[in-house]
Amino acid sequence: MEQRIDTRGLSCPLPVVAARKKLLGMKNGVLEVLVDTGTSKDNIVRMVTNMGWKIEVKEEGEEYLLTISK
Amino acid sequence: MLKEFFSSRKHVIFTGIFIGVSAAFLQKLGNPSNMGICVACMERDIAGALGLHRAEVVQYIRPEIIGFVLGSLIAALIFKEFKARSGSNPLIRFVLGFFAMIGALVFLGCPWRTLLRLAGGDGNALFGLAGLVVGIWIGIFFIKSGYNLGRNQRTNPIVGWVMPVVMVGLFLLLIFRPQLPSGAIFFSSKGPGAQHAPIFIALIIALAIGFFAQRTRFCTVAAVRDVILIKDTYLFTGVISLLLAAFVSNLILKQFHPGFQGQPIAHSYQLWNFGGMVLAGLAFTLAGGCPGRQLFLSGEGDADAAIFVLGMIAGAGFSHNFSTASSPQGPGLWGPASVIVGLIICLIIGFSMSDLRQKRKETE
Repeated sequence: MEQRIDTRGLSCPLPVVAARKKLLGMKNGVLEVLVDTGTSKDNIVRMVTNMGWKIEVKEEGEEYLLTISK
Repeated sequence: MLKEFFSSRKHVIFTGIFIGVSAAFLQKLGNPSNMGICVACMERDIAGALGLHRAEVVQYIRPEIIGFVLGSLIAALIFKEFKARSGSNPLIRFVLGFFAMIGALVFLGCPWRTLLRLAGGDGNALFGLAGLVVGIWIGIFFIKSGYNLGRNQRTNPIVGWVMPVVMVGLFLLLIFRPQLPSGAIFFSSKGPGAQHAPIFIALIIALAIGFFAQRTRFCTVAAVRDVILIKDTYLFTGVISLLLAAFVSNLILKQFHPGFQGQPIAHSYQLWNFGGMVLAGLAFTLAGGCPGRQLFLSGEGDADAAIFVLGMIAGAGFSHNFSTASSPQGPGLWGPASVIVGLIICLIIGFSMSDLRQKRKETE
């Protein structure tokens, strides 16, 4: 089942913490994370890769839609 | 992709090395000992130059602070990351900045100078480093408990330009040195405030640091926090690179003097070296990053980070006016009390802004 969290406006490290918390509760599936800073995007990409999940980054204007899957 | 430029691990290691080497050379070129770069001390010197405190030995408009903000601004504009944003509990961020500075000036240094003091052989910095880690660890406890200062909002671009314009204004004051009837702008004629590298060399180095740090998201507090919180060593490798590069540079430049007693701009009251940095580490963690990072964020349009910086500058004025800042002779008269009060206030902030308060209500 696809899940989605919106971390826009949250300052570092809250977006990556929120994404990690969600992923730790999922064995597999798809998680979409909406972020609005390059820092949050970079942090989540690194964490997700370290955790062994796949991530796809789509830039939407000044925001990023991160699609995380396993 | 353009935005990926300079965001890999090798680049954060390069940034750490660049900062470490630069700090050692800035010291060689005239900055105070083990203080080639110290964000807290340098903001304190700016507060003194503006007359916000009258400690005559620490008054100078440090071009390094100006360069950090403007270097970050340049990077953010080039890579299209300049976004004016504000509204995430600015008053609480001001208070956190205020107490971060109170704690840092009891220890006599920010996280950057903690590393540089260690790299120069100052053993007292070990106690500051231990305090910093404990402060960050307490902050992590609150973050894990749902601590959140709320969402910021996009705002008019002019808001994001305030801090860079303030820095340009400070630079003009540094260059033209107007003398006002009050005696401002104040420039120390002796002590650490009178010791400085040539203005334009310091500015250019700081612009480069600001540029690289904006791209790599360099942060000395997040380096420790991320290892504990999300098992991410990316920033930590950058910080270790800074420490090693400064150490090696100091050895080469004959600036390494190991010991505890008689260290430059330092004292050996270890309880308060430790306590001051517990307070600073907690305040930085609750605000989301170290004082350098707050400057870089303010350069890319984050008005909440700018408010934190202003809180630090106000805290510097308070520290010297109310005798909470330490000197090489030891903590100021009200230094220990200010650390305790600051810790209580930061703990209240951490508790109030997390889920812990809600849980307590539910159990009542």
